[in-house]
Amino acid sequence: MISVIIFAGTELLPGDVAQSILGQSATPEAVQNLRLEMGLDKPAITRYFSWLVNIFQGDLGTSLSSGRAISDMIGDRFSNTLFLAASAAIVAVPLAIFLGLIAVLHRDGIIDKFISITTLSMISLPEFFIGYLLILFIAVDLNWLPSSSIIYDSMSFGEQLKAIALPCITLTLVVLAHMMRMTRAAILNVMSSPYIETAQLKGLSSFKIIFHHAFPNAISPIITVVVLNLAYLVVGVVVVEIIFVYPGMGQLLVDHVTNRDIPVVQAVGLIFAAIYILLNVFADVMAIIANPRLRHPK
Amino acid sequence: MNTNFLHSLASHLSWGARIGLTCLILFACAAILAPFVAPYNPNEIVGDVWEPVSGAFWLGTDQLGRDILSRLIHGARNTFFIAGAATLLSFSMGTFLGFLAAVSGGKTDQLLSRANDLMMAIPTLIFALVVLSVLPSSMAVLIIVMGVLDSTRVFRLSRAVAVDIVVMDYVESARLRGEGTMWVIFREILPNALSPLFAEFGLRFAFAVLFLSTLSFLGLGIQPPDADWGSMVKENKDGIVFGIPAALIPAAAIAILTISINLVVDSILSRTSSLKGGR
Amino acid sequence: MSDTHFLEVNGLEISARINMPGEPSRKIILVDNISFNLKRGEVLGLIGESGAGKSTIGLAAMSYGRSGCEISGGSIKIEGDDILKMNAKQVNEIRGTRVAYVAQSAAASFNPAHRIGDQVIEVALEHKLMSKSEALEYADILYEKLGLPDPKNFGKRYPHQVSGGQLQRAMTVMALCAKPDLIVFDEPTTALDVTTQIEVLATIKTAIEDTGVAALYITHDLAVVAQVSDQIMVLRNGKMVEYGTTDEIINHAQQKYTQDLVSIRAMEKPEQALPDSPAILQVNHISAAYDGVNKILKDVTLELHAGQTLSIVGESGSGKSTLARVITGLLPQMEGEIVFNGESLSKALKDRVPEQLRDLQMIYQMADVAMNPRHTIGQIIGRPIEFYFGIKGAENRRRTIELLDQIELGEKYIDRYPAELSGGQKQRVCIARALAAKPSLIICDEVTSALDPLVADGILQLLMELQKKHNIAYLFITHDLATVKAISDSIAVMYQGSLVRFGQKSAVLSPPFDDYTDMLLSSVPQMELGWLEKVLSTRKMQSADN
Repeated sequence: MISVIIFAGTELLPGDVAQSILGQSATPEAVQNLRLEMGLDKPAITRYFSWLVNIFQGDLGTSLSSGRAISDMIGDRFSNTLFLAASAAIVAVPLAIFLGLIAVLHRDGIIDKFISITTLSMISLPEFFIGYLLILFIAVDLNWLPSSSIIYDSMSFGEQLKAIALPCITLTLVVLAHMMRMTRAAILNVMSSPYIETAQLKGLSSFKIIFHHAFPNAISPIITVVVLNLAYLVVGVVVVEIIFVYPGMGQLLVDHVTNRDIPVVQAVGLIFAAIYILLNVFADVMAIIANPRLRHPK
Repeated sequence: MNTNFLHSLASHLSWGARIGLTCLILFACAAILAPFVAPYNPNEIVGDVWEPVSGAFWLGTDQLGRDILSRLIHGARNTFFIAGAATLLSFSMGTFLGFLAAVSGGKTDQLLSRANDLMMAIPTLIFALVVLSVLPSSMAVLIIVMGVLDSTRVFRLSRAVAVDIVVMDYVESARLRGEGTMWVIFREILPNALSPLFAEFGLRFAFAVLFLSTLSFLGLGIQPPDADWGSMVKENKDGIVFGIPAALIPAAAIAILTISINLVVDSILSRTSSLKGGR
Repeated sequence: MSDTHFLEVNGLEISARINMPGEPSRKIILVDNISFNLKRGEVLGLIGESGAGKSTIGLAAMSYGRSGCEISGGSIKIEGDDILKMNAKQVNEIRGTRVAYVAQSAAASFNPAHRIGDQVIEVALEHKLMSKSEALEYADILYEKLGLPDPKNFGKRYPHQVSGGQLQRAMTVMALCAKPDLIVFDEPTTALDVTTQIEVLATIKTAIEDTGVAALYITHDLAVVAQVSDQIMVLRNGKMVEYGTTDEIINHAQQKYTQDLVSIRAMEKPEQALPDSPAILQVNHISAAYDGVNKILKDVTLELHAGQTLSIVGESGSGKSTLARVITGLLPQMEGEIVFNGESLSKALKDRVPEQLRDLQMIYQMADVAMNPRHTIGQIIGRPIEFYFGIKGAENRRRTIELLDQIELGEKYIDRYPAELSGGQKQRVCIARALAAKPSLIICDEVTSALDPLVADGILQLLMELQKKHNIAYLFITHDLATVKAISDSIAVMYQGSLVRFGQKSAVLSPPFDDYTDMLLSSVPQMELGWLEKVLSTRKMQSADN
């Protein structure tokens, strides 16, 4: 279904692909020739299915601008993007849950208010503001880390980590605030349930109430929060890659949108969407596993 | 009743929200009065490349030697207008369809909701990039693409809000009376959905500002010679590696704007939820 | 047992801070100068309407205040130690071990993520009162004592796997398991059906007697508390009205308010004879389902005559509200026919003509949500007048005021919003809105069950007057048999979607009974001492006969 939308998004909208590739000044004959060459004279449905069949065979098509096979172009970049996103997730997820718990423990106290105001501001910051601020201070002024994150295979793992440190921090900051606020809200929501009151009236310690009674019920909302934000991370990656000139999928996408290289845009868009959807499906499955009502039916 | 409500709201805004509100009003005034308050013509080269902050250029000059403050003030117009128009579009579409789905139920609801899920299954930015790769870059296209994509979020919220209201007995009572769908939507549901939607409007606007800036930053939003805050960041980004902070100024402006909106909305939200919580 | 008081409450005052936007924050007193004493093995009933402060007092006995509440004066001593002066750690040591709590909604009070058994023994383990095996063993004994099925394995189940009545008993087990000295029961049977209530009530009573704990029993139902308590305190708006032994309160009440509470169920309307005219509403062989498969209503047939009241009585799941939805057209029936004023009604609401809609009005249980909070009272009542009769402007206002006078509210309420009215006033406005359409039939869906007894009485009386004046027929849906007796001309008893019994009131309420009606009627708590034992011994004899 998603492939239909991506395809339809580029095909059915009122813009002539051939025209836009050649630019407004192209002669009508040239446009017509290109259309024939691209098979644009065939009906959209036929083209859609041949596109889809090719994708399942691992053939993502060829780039219009460079003529290279798209799968070749994507290869390394895909793993680069995953490497960056995964590193950010490994830092951000535990940190967000930890801070969320801290905020709940000190609910309405000074720490909570401070975290609340800080995260509220963080949510509002555009990725490039955080990114360039980091570059300016850490890379340029202090010269601790490189400002651009070009990585290649010959680099050692440590060098690679150092190269992606800044984009990784940027991404972490971008999703951290959101994830932490939602974690806090999810736990507080559970904390207001009557069974928490029951636990309090049983004379249990706050530690036991939070970890034994609140946490098991907060797992499933927290998983949803985490996955939602990981999906957000996938998007944030696009901008961060541009800021740090990182050779990933995001940069590939943006470059080819600018060139109007439709096959590349379709393929990359499809991969991003697929990852996003997989994450969402994963969240649903985890939520079911974490729900005692569904685990222990009547 | 309504003015009373707004008055009591305003008198109880937190200090953070008051600062936010002041910033918003300041920005809005600057945007409206741009030709009168901007010290220079925004497209005129008035100094050297990347001049630092000085008495003549309060915020310095950009990569061509134009006054950043003047460009910022004029750019605010584009940012405000496009983000505002896109938000309005997304709201009118999203709330109407959302309410319609909630009120109609059954097949209409299924159809609208599934279609919406499908749209939402693709990350907004990716979707926008794919679509903008085909469409010509113009302001109208930008507004429509942003508005339509964002309306999916509004649809989801307004449907959820309306579904809660639709099960209320007073809506059932109106239906039993024989009232039509439009009466139910506009007279029974809308007045009760206003406060959550009002808060959401602020958040969506902040999101639209960020989204527009991101698109412009990627070079897919507003095209030169027009400028908005996002494209100003793009123009000046090369200076960063030389330690020239020009790109950070428009980025900071975006940050201040969205933080202000969030502060105000957050304050309103916590007020209304504490009202509801008084059991 | 020592003769000293286990619990001594002296001059207790509890207050709350209210912060409304646009107003300075102010303090309101929820509980004012309450004093009582309790010995081991004694049960004190706290009774009052909503807002009387009874739950607040109960929680205060555990040194707990819900958000915003603050214990601002007096003392609560447990064996001489003032728990209000203790620090958090000392309070935690008392909670669960000395004083335990049984909440109204057991379903929400059990943690869905853990097995019932683990939650039951948690207090004993946390405070290291028993070893795990001792605790499990004792819990098994208690499950058995409270009549829970398969006591050996009951604790292995999750809360959502057992019924509401069983969960309520499990909550009592949880309170008893650490062998506390005092249990606070907060409306433990209110959420249950009347036939389930009597069982739970009986087990709670036995458990209290067998274990010798003291108990605070909080409820709004005087007949219920009369069965379990030794003493009763009547509360109103946070103040004590009357305090005495159960016998004193039930049989020799001194205060007018208490007397009203005692006599509340005495009202009864004389039954009207069946007229010769054809019925205004005929329900013929109706079957209905929400999913098209599982029938919620099975072949229901009944009728109602003009100006009379038909009560449909049944417990949750009996299908009584579903029947109302079918009659109004909100749920199209699968089989059967509804005949109203001699015309067969279309199944679906949208196919019915405005005249049919006008003639059949509905009043809901929750007046709060039955009125749009953003409309004024004038708009709410005026809309049907405009909608059905096309009357606008001054004439509309005149009629609205006329209706406000009929429901004893008057013109001054016309520009107010529902939130500014009390529960009883809101329900009156709903009645006026129904009346505005000049209907010949009003469906009343549990219209008094969300109201305090005295307020509910007022509503019933108003409905009866209006019936006499306008010759309106009522289809009265309720689970409360006292209400049924008070207002009906005819009665339909429903059980699990089927009609069990239908006829004139005198016939339905006289023997010979079918099994279900018998059980239903005998389960309604009566305002007399020893009623519970009497019913239980009768039932035991009957089951011995069989």
